[in-house]
Amino acid sequence: MSFYDEIQKYKNFDFKAFTDKVLDNEILNIINKENLSEQDFLVLLSPKALNHIEQIACKANGIAVNNFGKNIFLYAPLYVSNFCINNCLYCGFSTNNNIKREALSFEEIEENCKIIAGYGIRHILLVCGESRVKTSLEYLKKSVKVLKKYFDAIDLEVYPLEENEYKELFAAGVDGLTIYQETYDENLYKVLHTKGAKADYKYRLETCERAGKANYRNLNVGALLGLKDFISEVFFAGIHAQYLRRKFPHAEVGMSFPRLRPAEGGFQPKTTVTDMQLVQAICTVRLFINRINITVSTRESSELRNNIIPLGITKMSAGSSTEVGGYVKRAAQGEVLSKGQFTINDVASVASVKDMIYKAGYQPVMKDMF
Amino acid sequence: MEEDVLNIAGLSLKSRLFIGSGKFPNNNLIPDILKASGAQIITVAVRRFDFENPLENILNFIPKDIYIMPNTSGARNAEEAVNIARIAKAACQTNLIKIEIINDNKYLLPDNYQTAKACETLSKEGFNVFAYMNADLYAARDMQNAGAKAIMPLGAPIGTNRGLRTEEMVRILIEEIDTPIIVDAGLGKASEACKCMEMGCAAVMANTAISSSPNAVLMSEAFKDAVASGRKAYLAKHGTVSAIARASSPLTGFLRN
Repeated sequence: MSFYDEIQKYKNFDFKAFTDKVLDNEILNIINKENLSEQDFLVLLSPKALNHIEQIACKANGIAVNNFGKNIFLYAPLYVSNFCINNCLYCGFSTNNNIKREALSFEEIEENCKIIAGYGIRHILLVCGESRVKTSLEYLKKSVKVLKKYFDAIDLEVYPLEENEYKELFAAGVDGLTIYQETYDENLYKVLHTKGAKADYKYRLETCERAGKANYRNLNVGALLGLKDFISEVFFAGIHAQYLRRKFPHAEVGMSFPRLRPAEGGFQPKTTVTDMQLVQAICTVRLFINRINITVSTRESSELRNNIIPLGITKMSAGSSTEVGGYVKRAAQGEVLSKGQFTINDVASVASVKDMIYKAGYQPVMKDMF
Repeated sequence: MEEDVLNIAGLSLKSRLFIGSGKFPNNNLIPDILKASGAQIITVAVRRFDFENPLENILNFIPKDIYIMPNTSGARNAEEAVNIARIAKAACQTNLIKIEIINDNKYLLPDNYQTAKACETLSKEGFNVFAYMNADLYAARDMQNAGAKAIMPLGAPIGTNRGLRTEEMVRILIEEIDTPIIVDAGLGKASEACKCMEMGCAAVMANTAISSSPNAVLMSEAFKDAVASGRKAYLAKHGTVSAIARASSPLTGFLRN
């Protein structure tokens, strides 16, 4: 049974009615449990659970330290193309936006790799928009071949592919996949993605399953927070991660909590996810799935990233550019000229991110692969 | 009294405490941890070797008089473990290898079948293999027959600090397996390390119990003392345990024929 089939049981579920009825005693009992059910997870995402956020955070800290030690793994994204056939209303790469489109040549990719590797980064996330013409499977494979020369671990954040295509990329050296469902609400998804391949909700939802079958080591999911109410979105992303963990025990499953950032097109978030809710989401997921990677990107401010290190974060991006080939441009001109896919909040260098992690009593880890 | 030394894999070790290295908040702590613990062996994941970054390469933080035992953390099957072991040998110039093969990312339980296979291949290649395993007699025999120099059953799932939950299985391994038994994962308290040694384990290994303590250096010292104490108790041998009370002054001592 695919995850799509699994979540049909929640099709008419009233999240608000459920979470409004949550009691303090219920929350305290769940905090003390070792294994949380889906229902327990939802209880801890309720507004009332914020009354107990300190206890939840303390437990999340203990679980994370025991499972991962006081280590934060660093990575950086490399945007190789912003050509995209999709028109996601919230995305700077949307086909509706009149931005300069470019796809890096392999020589340009190599130049960016040299700069990123020079920062000490050993784990790279290859990112591109959806265009099988400009960034075909062959293009991706050749890009991976270049990346392999500079990095120990390569994850993809590209358009959904077929299982056999994931296998080919795995053979080329890819280790993992990040793909956000954006919203788990099928109806809203159709409103936000009206054309292009991305309009197929089910195909996107099952992407990680295809990568899992292709033996990927890292499977990372998430919802784009701000498109819909945070409770149901984090809940579905959490049970999606749990589903993948059970179905692909060989894989390390991870979650990210990207909050909508200003981007070309000026899309305004429908809901605002507060720092408090973000912390609630991170800690609650840690209690629900003890051994899960939790990533925080440079979407978030340096101050927030600093403060949430002990709450169960295991991965952070650093020194990032979300502009195509942005590392070379930044090195040449001293600043990023355009917004890229979204505006970065934490512009700190890799060295200062590492320093911040050390000051928080944790160790930045650059290399964690053979 | 003759000095108590653990002779294993060609090494003569005075310390019976092995230290893991993967979870400390700063590599700079490693020398202090090793000093306080008295440990002579530290295990290091090959995936963390970073020769391109000498300032952060974990190997550069390990004192020269400490034996490095690379481990195959991250391997999902025997083939991957064998490849990692070969990289370790080339990088560290050592035949020591701790096999860790894990294909389940929730409880991180080792795969005994794949471990036995890797033991066989690597032992034939001249490695001194330390086999991390689920406490199971049949698998331990397979690993021993495949040439393992030590069998390392987990006390509880790794990183849990839950203690010696596999006590009965470990007892059986100590009784039935000639190869040294070293309890590896799961120990959370110094007293649990002491108990392992009292039972007759050749050594114990600790990482999370130490690294998750707010005072990791002091906890290292506690483990050192606990291991030494447990070992002494094992060597001294306990008196008979009886369910029937025996008074110091016999209650029937007044009876005369």
